[in-house]
Amino acid sequence: MNTEKHVMTMLVDNEPGVVSRVAGLFSGKGFNIESICGSPTNDPRVSRITIATQANPPVVEQIEKQLRKLVNVIKLRSLNGPGCVRRELALACVTVKPEQRAEVLRIVDLAQGKIVDAGLSHLIVEVSGEQEEVQTVLNLLKPYGIKKLARTGPIGLIREPK
Amino acid sequence: MEMTGAQILMTMLKQEGVDTIFGFPGGAVIDIYDELARTDIRHILVRHEQGAVHAADGYARASGKVGVCLVTSGPGATNTVTGIASAHADSIPIVILTGQVPTHLIGNDAFQEVDIVGITRPCTKHNYLVKSIADLARTVKEAFFLARSGRPGPVLIDIPKDVASGRSVYEPPGDVYLRSYNPTYQPHRKQLSEVARLIEEARQPVIFAGGGVLRSGGSEALTRLARRTMIPVTTSLMGLGAFPGGDPLFLGMIGMHGTYAANMSTGACDLLLAVGVRFDDRVTGKTDLFASQAKIVHIDIDPTSIRKNVQVGIPVVGDCRISLQLLDEMVTDARLAGLADRRAPWLARIADWKRSQPLAYQSGGAIKPQYVIEQVHALTRGEAIIATEVGQNQMWAAQFYRFDHPDHFITSGGLGTMGFGLPAAIGAQIACPDKTVVDIAGDGSIQMNIQELATAVQYGLPVKIVILNNGYLGMVRQWQELFFGKRYSATRMDHAPDFVKLAEAYGAVGLRATQPADVVPVLQEALAVRRPVMIDFVVEAEEGVYPMVPSGAPLTEMLLV
Repeated sequence: MNTEKHVMTMLVDNEPGVVSRVAGLFSGKGFNIESICGSPTNDPRVSRITIATQANPPVVEQIEKQLRKLVNVIKLRSLNGPGCVRRELALACVTVKPEQRAEVLRIVDLAQGKIVDAGLSHLIVEVSGEQEEVQTVLNLLKPYGIKKLARTGPIGLIREPK
Repeated sequence: MEMTGAQILMTMLKQEGVDTIFGFPGGAVIDIYDELARTDIRHILVRHEQGAVHAADGYARASGKVGVCLVTSGPGATNTVTGIASAHADSIPIVILTGQVPTHLIGNDAFQEVDIVGITRPCTKHNYLVKSIADLARTVKEAFFLARSGRPGPVLIDIPKDVASGRSVYEPPGDVYLRSYNPTYQPHRKQLSEVARLIEEARQPVIFAGGGVLRSGGSEALTRLARRTMIPVTTSLMGLGAFPGGDPLFLGMIGMHGTYAANMSTGACDLLLAVGVRFDDRVTGKTDLFASQAKIVHIDIDPTSIRKNVQVGIPVVGDCRISLQLLDEMVTDARLAGLADRRAPWLARIADWKRSQPLAYQSGGAIKPQYVIEQVHALTRGEAIIATEVGQNQMWAAQFYRFDHPDHFITSGGLGTMGFGLPAAIGAQIACPDKTVVDIAGDGSIQMNIQELATAVQYGLPVKIVILNNGYLGMVRQWQELFFGKRYSATRMDHAPDFVKLAEAYGAVGLRATQPADVVPVLQEALAVRRPVMIDFVVEAEEGVYPMVPSGAPLTEMLLV
């Protein structure tokens, strides 16, 4: 069966060891985590963890059931399809020769990115958006040389009813 | 009222109805032990922490209550891991209390420090490190609630020494409410009425019952439903006793060493009503061909069990007992009219399978292990609690001791833990002092927790240990015989202790039988004394367990005697 990318978001108790329980479940059951992102919500007792994984649909069903079974997982939702918004943030440190600077800035500008650090031979670029958009920008920056890269992986929310 | 952590712990344990703890003391739990001695809770001193967990497990299975064990930090805690994983695999409610180094030393690689919460995360239902005495009472209450509710399982509480010795005002915790944990007991009615319709319409139905029926107390409901609807019943290893073994509708155990009748009817049935099972690979054989003619209904309280290994037609998430009772109500007598005639061809076919290939063995020569089990059954009138080790001894016990009552078969089904039987038998004997408790063992696995014989002697527990001594690690030997050209790699036990002298050295009674004619008199002698007895049955060395479905083959392709 074909694997497909699947993003899930969950509210969990904000306690030590909870991320380990979630991540340990993936490794222990042989599921793969592509990215994981977590931080507290507006309720300090609750954190939100968002995980992207590659799996076929029955495996996804099993992963979601197993996660719901964890005592510290309060609520779990799938973050796929048009009913939700998804964003990813990337910071890329790009090698930029002085004569290339204008081109790179144009790319960043086009992608509505930001320069968050600059030096004689580098720029740190911040881009955010749908994962595919971020990937497009990174592809455009790649020929200049990406020295370092940090990506959050997707986070997201379910849309409210209109 | 101000109390120490140890006092709060004891108060909570009493509140949860704990009257027995299996344990082994040490530095990090010395305050708890000091307090324990001031209560009327009975402490059973085991000889190895693994034994404490298995004993608590056996106690839980025999009594239906939550088993409790108490061990120290570091090696005391790590020694419990196999026991915890065994209880987890079989969904047994136990609470494991481990000592931990004082909070200010946690993370410092202190003496006897391990991260037992980290180590046991994947093999507990849930676990806790109590970092503040203020959390202790609520944590204990939650732990017992989690252990016994929903799909039961082991819960571990790690208690640092300063939490046990510190003082705090005790406030009784309120009811447990966990917004993230809410097991579904009530099944979906509409789904269930669909199942009732299928039951009425099925021509060749089979019920497949597992440990979930026993854990939910659903044996009576199962028996009633099966008899009313005239549906034959097979069980998993964990489900033995959920339906009376002597009932004509009983097919015997399913799976790798299941009966011919059970495996053939599963292959041919048009409706498989699976209740409280998880379709383990030892049950299904090749999953694509498992019950391939049948619509499969799967009732289980744990949603993760459903569609994990086998695709099912109708999933029902709910408590097994409640679901079976509701099904029994939904299937009305009116709709069962003419049932006997409709069932007759199916039951005749099953009777044929039973007749053509019953559980059997060839007599003659040395003592046959199956014969020993049959005689244990006869002499205990089928009323004993049978614990087992793991391997051939376990399968022969499952096949040849006909279990008529729930919670009388105590075996490590999921994890298959050698060394489980003796400590589990000790726990069962403490839970049921008036019952005959027998541990069916092999000469290999009995040596894995033989030290617990001292525990049995110390507390005067009249556990009977039946060693089927074939001089081999028999189940692995059988695989080597059948699938590895008889190359017996590391399965011959070239040296074993003299089990009779060993029993005597521990202060137990040691007996031996070497001829078939010895079996009954030796068993009679063992059952007549109210002391622990270890019996060395020198049995046929290369006897195999049959039927056998080779690993990965379809269930209907069995090697027969």
